[in-house]
Amino acid sequence: MLQEKISRRDFLKTSGALIVTFSIANPAAEAATQLPAAAKTVALDQVDGFLAIDSTGKVTVFSGKVDLGTGIYTALTQIAAEELAVPMDKVELIQGDTLLTPDQGPTYGSLSIQIGGMQLRQAAATAREALLGRAAEKLGVARDKLYAKDGQIMPLGGGKSISYGQLVGGKHFEMKVDAKAPTKNPATYTIVGKSVSRLDIPDKVTGKFTYMQDFKRRGMLHARVVRPAAMKASLLAVDDSQAKKIPGYVTTVRKGNFLAVVAKNEWAAIRAASAVKAQWSDWQGLPDKARLWDYVRKTKVNKSEELQKTGNPAEAMKTAARTLNATYDFAIHTHGSLGPSCAVAEFKGGKLTYWTASQATHLLRKQMANMLQMAEADVRCIYLEGSGCYGRNGHEDAAADAALLAKELGKPVRVQWMRADEHGWDPKGPPTLLDYRAALDDNGYPVAWESEVFIPDRPKQIAVTLVAAELAGLPKEDAHPGNIHQSLAIPYTIPNIKATAHWLAETPFRPSWIRTPGRMQNTYGNECFIDECAAAAGIDPLEYRRRSLKDPRGLEVVERLARLANWQPGSGRKPASGDIVTGRGVSYIKYELVRTYVGVVADVTVNRQTGKIKVDRFYVAHDCGQIINPDGLKNQIEGNVVQTISRTLIEDLQFNRSTVTSLDWKTYPILTFPDVPEIVIDLIDRPTEKPWGAGEPTAAVVPSAISNAVYDAIGVRLRSVPFTPDKVLAALEKA
Amino acid sequence: MVTTLTLQVNGKSHKIRTDDPQMPLLYALRNDLDLHGPHFGCGLAQCGACTVHVDGQAVRSCSYPVAKAAGKKIVTLEGLGTPQKLHPLQKAFIEEQAVQCGYCINGMIMQAAAFLKTNKHPTEEQIKQALADNLCRCGTHVRIVRAVKRASGMMA
Repeated sequence: MLQEKISRRDFLKTSGALIVTFSIANPAAEAATQLPAAAKTVALDQVDGFLAIDSTGKVTVFSGKVDLGTGIYTALTQIAAEELAVPMDKVELIQGDTLLTPDQGPTYGSLSIQIGGMQLRQAAATAREALLGRAAEKLGVARDKLYAKDGQIMPLGGGKSISYGQLVGGKHFEMKVDAKAPTKNPATYTIVGKSVSRLDIPDKVTGKFTYMQDFKRRGMLHARVVRPAAMKASLLAVDDSQAKKIPGYVTTVRKGNFLAVVAKNEWAAIRAASAVKAQWSDWQGLPDKARLWDYVRKTKVNKSEELQKTGNPAEAMKTAARTLNATYDFAIHTHGSLGPSCAVAEFKGGKLTYWTASQATHLLRKQMANMLQMAEADVRCIYLEGSGCYGRNGHEDAAADAALLAKELGKPVRVQWMRADEHGWDPKGPPTLLDYRAALDDNGYPVAWESEVFIPDRPKQIAVTLVAAELAGLPKEDAHPGNIHQSLAIPYTIPNIKATAHWLAETPFRPSWIRTPGRMQNTYGNECFIDECAAAAGIDPLEYRRRSLKDPRGLEVVERLARLANWQPGSGRKPASGDIVTGRGVSYIKYELVRTYVGVVADVTVNRQTGKIKVDRFYVAHDCGQIINPDGLKNQIEGNVVQTISRTLIEDLQFNRSTVTSLDWKTYPILTFPDVPEIVIDLIDRPTEKPWGAGEPTAAVVPSAISNAVYDAIGVRLRSVPFTPDKVLAALEKA
Repeated sequence: MVTTLTLQVNGKSHKIRTDDPQMPLLYALRNDLDLHGPHFGCGLAQCGACTVHVDGQAVRSCSYPVAKAAGKKIVTLEGLGTPQKLHPLQKAFIEEQAVQCGYCINGMIMQAAAFLKTNKHPTEEQIKQALADNLCRCGTHVRIVRAVKRASGMMA
C-alpha cells in the first residue's frame, strides 16, 4: 500500500538523533511510529525541534506550519536550504505531526512565512553557525576564515573541506535556538527570492500525490455520518433494518445525536447511510433569513470594545460642514473546499492516532483529548494535505467523527464527508453588520470617523466546537469565530476616530474563520465608506486615499498601483449611459495596520438590464516585505482575487428555520471560468525587510474595490454582499 | 449478488467484483485499482474533480455506473502521462505552476485533454467555456487557462 508510506515514517536512530526516512511499509516501521517520542524534541526553542541532519548530509525539517495548498512546503524548504547553505534537494520537510513537529500554532492568519518561516530560519542559522564552529575545530582553521556552501564548510582561500554529514551526522544539535545567530545577508541569497518551482506539483498533475482523501490503513473500515435533519434536533429513533441488507454493512453507531454507519467498503457505507432511517425531533431555532439583519441588530450585545480611538468624533460631528452615514452587511459564507473533509483514525493500546488535513494539528490534539477524555500524550495527530483549506473548515470535525468511531469499534476508520455534509455542517463565516458615520471638513476630507461592527463574541480559547462532541454530548470547547474585529481600525490620518466592535451573544451557525476573517468584512465597510466620503467631496477616490496616508510604504503602494492601472483621476465622473457600462474602483489596506500593504483597482462591466456584474480586470500592487518565492506569491494573490470575487458576487448561505438548504454547488454556486478576470500584479520586493504574510491581505480589498467600481459605472452603492443581479436591479430602481 | 466486471483502464485489463453494478466508476478506480488521479468532490457531477475518459469522452466518474464502463476504454490521469513521460497538458501545468491545492487539477487536465482533441487551437475564451463546468475553489483559473493554451501550442 504505497499510500501508507507517508504515515509510516521509519525512524532510524543513528548515534542518538532521530532521522525520519520514508520507506515502503513494513511491520517494524509500523511499530516504530509509536516508539521514540522521547528521542525527538518538539520544543520551539531547540534547534532539534526544527532540524535534523543525517550522516549523508540530508536535512529533515520539522514544520508545525502545514501546506494548505498555498505552496509553503516549497517556500519553507527554500528558507531552510538558503539559511543552511544546502541544495533544496537535500531537504525534506515533515509537516504537522504532533509527535515530531513543534507547535508553531495553527496554519492561519497569513503567518506561515512571517512566524513559522522565521522560526525555522533562526533555527537553521543557529545550526549553520554551530557547524561553522565545529568545522573550525576539526579543520584547525579560524572560524572567520570559513564559509558554508552546498552542505560543506570550506576555508575561504581553498583547502580541505568538511561536510555537514561528517560534522553532525545523525547526532542531535542539543542547543537552543539562538535569537542572535546572524542570518544570511539577503544580497547573497541564491534560493530565497527566486521563483523556485513548487515541489508538489509534478505529483499532483500525475495522480501520484497522496491527499488525505487518498490515504488508507490496512483493515480500515469506511464510515459515513448521518446528520440531524434540523441542526439541533434530537435523535428519536433509528431503524437500520434496510441498511443491514447491504452487503458489506458492518454497524450503525449512535451516541446521543451522533449517528454514523460503518461498512467494509466505501460504496456500502454510502448506500447504508441513505438506507438508515433516522427519526429526528422538530427544531426551528434558526432566524428567518429574509430578516437576518434585523436579527443581527437585535441580538444581545455581550460587550462593546473600542478598537481605535483618536480625538472625539461625536463632538467633531456636531460642527462639521457635512456628515454622512451608511450601513453595510456581509453574508454568511461556507468554506466550500472542493474535496469534502476526510480523516482516518486508529485506536490501539489506549492510544489514538489520526490523519487529518487540519490546519491546526496541535490545537486539534488538545480538543480531541478533551472530547475523549484522554491524555494529550496518548493522542497523535498527523497532517496530510487535503483539498484546499482557507480556514477552520470541516477537517477537524471529520477527524473527531473518525476518532469517535475508531474508539468505539477498535479498528481503523475512514470518515469521508459527502458534499452535503461539507456544505451543511462545516462551520460558517458569520453574518457581519457594519455601521458608519463620518463628518467632512470644508475641504471634503474626513474630520471624524465612526465605525461599529456587530460580530459573534469570542470565548477565551480560540477553537471551534467539534460537531461530534456537540452531537454526542461529550466535553467540548465553546465556539470561537476568530479575531474578526481586526482591520476595523483604519490606516488613514483623520483627527477624530472611533472604531467599535459589538460582541454578540449568539450567531445562527457555528462560526469560524474563513480566509481573511473579519478583515475582509471590516475592510469592505471601511473602503466602501471612504469611497463614499470621496464621492461626497467630489474628489478622486485614489487621490483622496493618497492625501489621507502618511505611511511611506503605503504611499508607494498607492502610487505604483496608480501607474500599474493607468489610473486617470476621475472626480465627478458621470455614470455613462447605455445598458452595458464600465467602471473602476480602488481599495487599499495595511493589513491589521501592522503588516502587508495591498492596493487594488477593479475594472467592472455592469449590465443595467440584467443586473449582472462582470469583473474584467484586477490590478494589484503588493508589498509583503521580503518575498520568498515571487511566483508562489503571485499564485496566492491570484487565488485571493478570484475566490473573493466569487464570495462578493455570488455566495450566500441559504437556510430555512431548521437547517442549511444550500447543500451542493447548484444551490451554493461559486465563480466559474467564464467570469474570471485578468489579473495584473506589481510585486514590491523588499529583500532586507521582514517577510509578511500574503494568504489573506489581497482578499480584504476585493469586495470594496468591486462595490466602488460599480458605483463608478452606474452611480449606485452596493452595501450588501453578495452583489447579486437582484440587488443591483433593486439599487438601480431606488436610485 | 456479486458480479465480476472487466475494466480496461490505462491500457490494462482488470477484474473487479462488486455487489452493485450501479456503483459509480470512481469507487472502483480509487478503491479497487488504487488510482488516485480522479477525486471525489461532490458525487453529483457538479464539480469535475472525478473526471476520467471513457472511450475518449470526458465523463464524471462519480456519477457513471461501473457496469456501464465495463468493456469500454477508460483512461485516468495516471494513464494520460507519467512523471517520466508527461502528457503535454501535465507538462504545461507544471511549467505554468497552475496548481494551488491541486484537488481539482485532475478534472481540469482530463477535461482539457478531451477538449483539445476537438479544438486544437482554442482561444482563451473557448478554453474558459470548455472548463465552465469544472470548479476550482483556490482560484487557480488564470493559470489553468494559460496552461491549457500552452499545451495546445505543444500539441499542435
